[in-house]
Amino acid sequence: MTAQPALTVRDLTVAYREQPVLWDIDLTVPEGTLMAVVGPNGAGKTTLIKAVLGLIDAAAGEVRMFGQAYDEVRDRVGYVPQRGSVDWDFPTSALDVVMMGLYGRLGWFRRPGERERERARRALDRVGMLAFADRQISQLSGGQQQRVFLARALVQEADLYFMDEPLQGVDATTERTVIELLRELQQDGTTMLVVHHDLQTIEEYFDAVMLLNVRCVAAGRLEEVFTEDNIQRTYRGKTAPQEE
Amino acid sequence: MTAAQFDIQLVAVITAAACALPGSFLILRKMGMMTDAISHAILPGIVVGFFLTEDLSSPLLIVAAAATGVVTVFLVEIVRDTRLVKEDAAIGLVFPALFSIGVVLISRYAGGVHLDEDVVLLGELAFAPFDRLTIGGVDLGPRGVYVSGSVLALGAAFIGAFYKELKCATFDPALAAALGLVPGVLHYGLMSVVSMTAVAAFDVVGSILVIALFVGPPAAAYLLTDRLPVMIAGSMGIGALCAIAGYWVAHALDVSIAGSMAGCVGLAFALSFLFAPERGVVARWRRRRRQQWEFAAQMLLVHLFHHEGTVDEAVENRSKHLQEHFGWTANAAEQTMNAARTRDWISLQNDRLHLTHSGRSEARRVLRRGTGGARAEAPVGSMAHASLRTPSDGARPDEVQHTTS
Repeated sequence: MTAQPALTVRDLTVAYREQPVLWDIDLTVPEGTLMAVVGPNGAGKTTLIKAVLGLIDAAAGEVRMFGQAYDEVRDRVGYVPQRGSVDWDFPTSALDVVMMGLYGRLGWFRRPGERERERARRALDRVGMLAFADRQISQLSGGQQQRVFLARALVQEADLYFMDEPLQGVDATTERTVIELLRELQQDGTTMLVVHHDLQTIEEYFDAVMLLNVRCVAAGRLEEVFTEDNIQRTYRGKTAPQEE
Repeated sequence: MTAAQFDIQLVAVITAAACALPGSFLILRKMGMMTDAISHAILPGIVVGFFLTEDLSSPLLIVAAAATGVVTVFLVEIVRDTRLVKEDAAIGLVFPALFSIGVVLISRYAGGVHLDEDVVLLGELAFAPFDRLTIGGVDLGPRGVYVSGSVLALGAAFIGAFYKELKCATFDPALAAALGLVPGVLHYGLMSVVSMTAVAAFDVVGSILVIALFVGPPAAAYLLTDRLPVMIAGSMGIGALCAIAGYWVAHALDVSIAGSMAGCVGLAFALSFLFAPERGVVARWRRRRRQQWEFAAQMLLVHLFHHEGTVDEAVENRSKHLQEHFGWTANAAEQTMNAARTRDWISLQNDRLHLTHSGRSEARRVLRRGTGGARAEAPVGSMAHASLRTPSDGARPDEVQHTTS
């Protein structure tokens, strides 16, 4: 059997009020890749993930995951939104947030039970947060909140993850935990697309990169595309369409 | 207590519970103003309902009003999604527009009929005992019990059936969408429940009290608990208590029942706002005072850390030196050192301040947090630049392994 790429994106274009935010994105991510998505502010990194997951409408383009439409493989795909995208004052516990990752598979009208709680506890344990399971989420530090989000993705046991800035503003312990976890997942053959902001750690943490600035400047294995020239082109904004 | 008094309180308690149930989700979705908007925007629905039935007492008028409530929500979202105005402005634009359509329709086509919201949604609790439901000559009790009871049952059924989905969609709509939990459909389901509950409750207790019951008890309960089920049950309980307390206050002072109940809701929120154990104003004030000393202690740690192992350590890291260095009063220096010592960050030996192990790692954490934000903002465009930087700016060379390992 020939392995389908975990993710294929063809000609993806997203626009807000006639202003292109993503322009003609082509991307192929083979299974088992740990890929960073980097680019300057406003490059469309978050938009890319949201458009791929159908959370915002694309003007054009096609997305396939494992050769199929997202709707057909929803169970195999996990999503870690930006930590800042939710209200952490919400009255709920860390364990409860993690269990939300199981709601999709649980199906309508079924309540999470002891089995789900146990799986959520195991996921919290993997990110070193078991001791905080019953803690209200606003009482957690930023790094701890990020790990809860990661645990919530872990319980989904997905084969393809989209993570939006999981290392933004976190402490050293969290950064280490997250990176170790990403590597473990990769060893199990999991594919990950991770929006990342720190060019200095790309080579240490990832084995592939997508350089994005409205257009895809380059994407592929680090040794092939993570060159001084490509980085300059991404961060100087030379590929932004309005300057052409 | 007479039978009439019991009836009034029973109707009020059921209505309060019916409103607080969906109200909890409205508060968490930051949509408290929506009930206010709905209360005005339903007028055209009532008018159209009247044109269709030509009967002011037809239940169809309430159905039409509830449908208009959902239309209100829909229009607000259309206006908001243009991204030209924010949600609050969108609400402020939509409901006067709908309300004015209702007014124009009445003045043009129904000038001879006395038709306004009050006619349909008369809502006066004092009359609740006299407005009775009778079937085949049998008195089944106050009609308000059945009206409010059915929307309470509807709300309980909807929220009971979709509890986990509603919770997820309220906390993290993007995840809910990614999991296939159709947050958009849930949203309109919830807003339909809100709209029907609001219209039915207007009919029973009047519009001002309804808005108070939707917003006040959930807002008070939100400050008192960390758990969603407790918040929901608590807001229903607070609403019910306010209804009963409000009745007896009105009875004692001989004032409007609805006004008195709404006043009790306000008082309940004020008490919660001031004295809630974690989130109340008093608790926050006390915590801030505590944090003041913690912050001062952290400054002290960084100072000690900076001079630790250097030649001027003997001068800088003395307890007597702190007043001079930080410009602290003797009392403040004493308090700060106490704060640092109770946290096991420093030890004091013969006037010399020493960092403990945990004090040293706290100092590093503070330093890193301070530089972390700046590093994220800095434009980084060159690999040469990247490789030149040591991973932990500001730390001593022997600490370098800390952030990279």
